[in-house]
Amino acid sequence: MTASLGSAALALAFLSAVFAVVAALAGRHGDRRWVDASRYAVYALFALLTFCVVTIEVAFAGDDFSFALVQQHSSIDTPGFYKLAAMWSSQEGSLLLWAWVLSIATLAALYATRDKLRELVPYATAVMAAVAAFFTGLMLFGGGVNPFSTLSPVPADGVGLNPLLQHPSMMIHPPMLYSGYVAFTVPFAFAIGALITRRLDASWIRATRRFALIAWALLGFGLLLGARWSYTELGWGGYWAWDPVENAALMPWLIGTAFLHSIMVQEKRGMLKAWNACLIVATFSLALLGTFLVRSGVLQSIHAFGDSTVGPYILGLIAVVTIGSAALIVSRLEDLRSPKRIDSLASREAVFLVNNLLLVALCATIFWGTFFPLISELFTGETASLAAPWFDRYTTPLAILLVLFTGIGPLLAWRRVSWASAKRVFLAPALVAAAVGVGLALATDAAGEPWALALFVFAAFALTGLTQEFWRGAAARRSLAGGSMPAALVAIVSRNRRRYGGYIVHIGVAVLLIGIAASSSFQTNRDVTLSPGQSAVVDGRTVTYERPTVSFDEEAFGFGAVLGVERGGERFTLRPSRRFFRPGGVEGGTIASFFDGEATSEVGLKAGLGSDFWTAVQPDVSVVQRRVRAADRGFRACVGGAPGTPPQCRAVSRLMRAAAADPSLRPVALAQIEALQTATAKRLANGYLTDERPATFRVIVDPLVTWMWIGGLIALAGALIAIWPARGPRRSPVAASELEALKEVKYREIRDAELDHAAGKLSDEDFALLDAELRNEAVEILDRANGKRANGQPAADRRGEEAGSPGL
Amino acid sequence: MDPQRKRKVRLVVALGAAVLLAGALVYTSFSASTEAKQPSQLLSVAPGGSYDLTGRVVEGSIRRDGERIRFRVADRDGGESIPVAYSGVVPDPFRGGREIILTGEVERGVFAGQRDTLVTKCPSKFTAAHDS
Repeated sequence: MTASLGSAALALAFLSAVFAVVAALAGRHGDRRWVDASRYAVYALFALLTFCVVTIEVAFAGDDFSFALVQQHSSIDTPGFYKLAAMWSSQEGSLLLWAWVLSIATLAALYATRDKLRELVPYATAVMAAVAAFFTGLMLFGGGVNPFSTLSPVPADGVGLNPLLQHPSMMIHPPMLYSGYVAFTVPFAFAIGALITRRLDASWIRATRRFALIAWALLGFGLLLGARWSYTELGWGGYWAWDPVENAALMPWLIGTAFLHSIMVQEKRGMLKAWNACLIVATFSLALLGTFLVRSGVLQSIHAFGDSTVGPYILGLIAVVTIGSAALIVSRLEDLRSPKRIDSLASREAVFLVNNLLLVALCATIFWGTFFPLISELFTGETASLAAPWFDRYTTPLAILLVLFTGIGPLLAWRRVSWASAKRVFLAPALVAAAVGVGLALATDAAGEPWALALFVFAAFALTGLTQEFWRGAAARRSLAGGSMPAALVAIVSRNRRRYGGYIVHIGVAVLLIGIAASSSFQTNRDVTLSPGQSAVVDGRTVTYERPTVSFDEEAFGFGAVLGVERGGERFTLRPSRRFFRPGGVEGGTIASFFDGEATSEVGLKAGLGSDFWTAVQPDVSVVQRRVRAADRGFRACVGGAPGTPPQCRAVSRLMRAAAADPSLRPVALAQIEALQTATAKRLANGYLTDERPATFRVIVDPLVTWMWIGGLIALAGALIAIWPARGPRRSPVAASELEALKEVKYREIRDAELDHAAGKLSDEDFALLDAELRNEAVEILDRANGKRANGQPAADRRGEEAGSPGL
Repeated sequence: MDPQRKRKVRLVVALGAAVLLAGALVYTSFSASTEAKQPSQLLSVAPGGSYDLTGRVVEGSIRRDGERIRFRVADRDGGESIPVAYSGVVPDPFRGGREIILTGEVERGVFAGQRDTLVTKCPSKFTAAHDS
């Protein structure tokens, strides 16, 4: 019943999306009734998809196995927390999630632009609604991916959620990635609108910048969670494997990073318009490609879903998006041309351009490596694949250069920087970097890993430069407004969220890359086989296998070990284990089948700021399994009432015969047999404690890996600061015209230059030149505005009133 | 040099560098890659070369032998199988019946896998379509 309601809501959602496209296009010449109609259709789309999501989640929470989706991804024994997350472990559920998040993003975008960009919004609405129509349509007509398919007769229990996915970060990792992918639809849609209407100034960027930033932050956080899951759950001790699906999420993030930088150049200088349009199209296409790779199974990946029917459709969408956008950009090339040129290579915009090229190169490399199996099959007829070392070889130098530029970019002012100014800002970071390099080379074995050493040196440069930025900004604020240093820091950050939020992201990325470089270059990774009581020395630490452990609960049998780790008086205990899950949805199996489900490693981890000590165990359960098989044979004989079996067997076999005759007795008989089997299995499993079998341990000492997670969280915090809306009276409630917006931008530029000057980034001469230039440009804009209004104040007055209030 | 010319020179240099780098990328990828082979194809190759073995682990063939693990891998659609030896810790999803990818070489009829190259592909990890 609820399933058919859900199905109907999904069908209506599809129709709403289609109607929103039609209405938005009908309203493209400014007919408000059509534009409003498309807006209402988007509201309806959101409401209907919300209903669908709630229906599914209620079915999961209530173990409603008439839903095929629930039956296949959950079970009565699945912990409640994971029942809710099980929705997006399925293909149907993730498509629904995609569509639902898209409807939220569309709603938010329409709200954010409710009184702006009248010409452009209808087209943007049409694009977003078209994507929503595609995904809802896919669920309805894609073949076997309708989340509301039902089962009849209704099974008693479900298959259960794969235990590997039962990890807290799995609750939030997929929704984060999807939301990131989806949120990039908004800037893409507005870019298409801007291209169609030829309104190619920076207004579409200003309207959607925050969406791009949110998408970027969500995608980045999703990647970080995935890495964390791999590190703590998958039992191999790594966090990144260059797996196609990981790459698929990394690529849009990289191009999105490039986009976030280069749109600043368009906002401030009116340059790189065509480039920005290309970047957002690429980002969105790569986001779709990410969705496609997970769904299609074209590339061998541990993430790949089996054979899927939706792959070709998504591929079709990608083709439409890329070819259509490319044609649109080419047809608008004249409008995309900018009259301005980059003034100097020593300027922030030039550094942004270099950073863009590096990021695109990085993405292109990863793209090539990811799709190499297909490329090679095309050219040589043989599928061949590239492994992690190939990726590392190319991405390492690019990542090192990027770290350098995370330091250089913030130190340079816009337009041009003279040698005198440059010397002033680069001196301290360069000295610190040199000292760190020499220090590390002499005091540690870092010289043996030149790439890692280079990264540490550049990261030291970047971190010093960024610290200096905060320090000087706060000092300038203090000399102006007084107060304490921390108060001044808070003040400059909250008054210049975009700037300092961005710097905090840079700090986070530098810290994260230090963690990656240290943990990948200086890791000790060994497999040792020990019997209880034996010890091994790994990286100066004595690891002792003290004793085996056995545990059982509703879902799994765990075979583990107590490991004592000791080094120079410091001692701690780790308890890695391996859990063998009972497969769900089977009844009347053998005891051996208890061990047939998934097995997952529970790692023993001692995390620390200096290094992590990571262990996983591979217990030898062959003896237990042999005993289990023997027990199964005995059990069969017992149930059959064979001669010579113990007297209790007669009761069991009587019960089985009765159940065979009377089906209503069957559940009772099965429950009793299962109870007997479970008791036997526990007894046999406990034998592992006295078996004294050797177990294989993987022991990893990972230096500084914790800083990877810390750096990621710092970057996330920085992104949140940059996303947070600025408060204050500057935001006028009235619809801002394009000239008003330009004026705003120009004033901000003047304030930025003043801040740079106060913070010592610009020498007096540089500042005088730049300030005069900017003020002239501001006057020009004001004159144009006044010319239009014809009744405005004289430009000079306005200038005196607005300028001279740097963001301090 | 006039700025127009300077820009052009810069562009040519940048493009040249990009082409060179792309060439290196393409060239090394073909030599660094390992060919993927199914067991039936591997049975006939000359010894020595390094390959990616792809196929399905034969149910019930997994045996532990000290630190080594021995099992057989068959073509994805059944058929011929090859014995495999692998030392080290296997990934969590590794089991009989699962699809795997493993890098290594053939030594006296046995495929010897390199440590840490075993990838378990697990279609049932997210869907249960195969048993419905």
